[in-house]
Amino acid sequence: MNKEQKLIFEYSKAGRTGYSLPELEVPDVDMDAILPAEMQRTDSPELPEVSELQIMRHYTALSTRNHGVDSGFYPLGSCTMKYNPKMNEDSARLKGFAHLHPYQPDYQVQGAMQLMYELQEELKEIAGMDEVTLQPAAGAQGEWTGLMMIRAFHEANGDLIRTKVIVPDSAHGTNPASATVAGFDSVTVKTDERGLVDLDHLKEVVGEDTAALMLTNPNTLGLFEEDIQEMAAIIHQAGGKLYYDGANSNAILGIARPGDMGFDVVHLNLHKTFTGPHGGGGPGSGPVGVKKDLIAYLPKPLLVKENEAYKWDYDRPESIGRVKPFYGNFGINVRAHTYIRTMGAEGLRKVSEYAVLNANYLMRLLEPYYDLPYNKHCKHEFVLSGKRQKQLGVRTLDIAKRLLDFGYHPPTIYFPTNVEECMMFEPTETEAKETLDEFADAMIRIAKEAEESPETVQEAPHTTVIKRLDETLAARKPVLRHEFSKKEEVYQS
Amino acid sequence: MSVPKELKYSEEHEWVKTEGEKVRVGITDFAQSELGDIVFVELPEVGDEIKADEPFGSVESVKTVSELYAPLSGTVVEVNEDLDDSPEFVNDSPYDKAWMIVVEPSDSSQIDDLMSAEDYEKMVSAD
Repeated sequence: MNKEQKLIFEYSKAGRTGYSLPELEVPDVDMDAILPAEMQRTDSPELPEVSELQIMRHYTALSTRNHGVDSGFYPLGSCTMKYNPKMNEDSARLKGFAHLHPYQPDYQVQGAMQLMYELQEELKEIAGMDEVTLQPAAGAQGEWTGLMMIRAFHEANGDLIRTKVIVPDSAHGTNPASATVAGFDSVTVKTDERGLVDLDHLKEVVGEDTAALMLTNPNTLGLFEEDIQEMAAIIHQAGGKLYYDGANSNAILGIARPGDMGFDVVHLNLHKTFTGPHGGGGPGSGPVGVKKDLIAYLPKPLLVKENEAYKWDYDRPESIGRVKPFYGNFGINVRAHTYIRTMGAEGLRKVSEYAVLNANYLMRLLEPYYDLPYNKHCKHEFVLSGKRQKQLGVRTLDIAKRLLDFGYHPPTIYFPTNVEECMMFEPTETEAKETLDEFADAMIRIAKEAEESPETVQEAPHTTVIKRLDETLAARKPVLRHEFSKKEEVYQS
Repeated sequence: MSVPKELKYSEEHEWVKTEGEKVRVGITDFAQSELGDIVFVELPEVGDEIKADEPFGSVESVKTVSELYAPLSGTVVEVNEDLDDSPEFVNDSPYDKAWMIVVEPSDSSQIDDLMSAEDYEKMVSAD
């Protein structure tokens, strides 16, 4: 077993090196001549001094501790940890994409601009929107970009009292956070016994100060907000805008479009739904689409096509400005475009059909053993409550830790917060039935252990190199720096 | 689960203790056990106005961040600064060391609208 536990600093020995530098080929510079003494450091930085082999073994050992989609099942709810086709990597590594410099003039990079333009067109079609920007780097930045546009829209109309953004109590935490950063106050609307937005409560909280409603559909309980058109009417009649958080769009590709549901602004998480690697594997990409009356406020420059050529339009006086240097996370956008084009329209619809089928299959396998708070068909994900196990002294956190012993990444836990001892599973479309069956067997075994030998679950994990960590102590008294003085004592002994 | 008889309770799991013209506010034993180990408490400042049923602060546990809802409207006259360094008081001593704020209610009749210990106990056991 891989027992690597030390920090790289703990291998350090004074004077050991893993490199040898060639002789200097340029003239030596006298530091005193170019920097005043007080700006020069006198002690060398405390970097680990190790051999190349020590470094290789250390990091190779650590790398085998990673859990990713390529190594095992990863049913982390609302994160869409699906398989990322390796063909995406081939596209992203094409020299014409990989070797571009962002300052190259437009005429030299028409191919890259064409790809971005085509991706925008594809996303417009998928989301039912009139225009798209690829700039936002990930979902939360997309949310903020969308809200800043909504703010600019209301301000342009002289509508300055619209200071509130309504978010459901089951919303992703980024929604109220983005609203706050964009200068709004967030107002919570409750979930009713169906697991959907409480329409009566929505009517109570909506008003002339409503700037927008932010919604995920399907919501974080994995349920489709079937009253969405009525909700859109309520918000629009009050003069507000509807914002679609695209985190859960893996459930609706080719079946339903946010634009048709009445949403005015949409962000899509290309790193989730459209197979950009994520969860430590790469950056995100959160393009934002808008309906016609918000196009003027899109970040600039906007990519446009004129006379069969692509160019950046900077002449956009009402734009909220740039939200990211250059043109978004281009490499992820290449991967998303590759995915969309290889799947095709029919293929994308199948993605959602299989994602929903897999989630329902797994939900029904687990239903006899765990509390199912909303017992109806789910979309791409579902939530279970660990409240039966809690009666036996086994908490959801314990169940999540026990799953590590079986080689699985746990589901999202304690979210959404309106479900007691919540566990949120998103198996995605790329998992085989056998994988779902094996995972269900592990979950069923844990439910039985909770009854027969609760300590097995309470003390888990048992097979990992590092056992249960004291998360409370780590949060209350975090140690954020390596103590170098201690290092000396250790290595001299 | 401890629910002291002499206190009043809100639906959002705050306790309220009357002290002359003022009230002392904290979260219940039930609330702390649901939240798990508390690692951070965010409270208003002395002089801030709080409004019934609206958030006046938040508590962060290992698993979640939850808002603290004001059981009544009024002015904050005292804040428990010990909770900055010792958030664990909320778990260890929810009714004593982990009081959060002292409030001067805008209208003292609001206290009568809160739940008795008996009613609160009924509410949480029904959940």
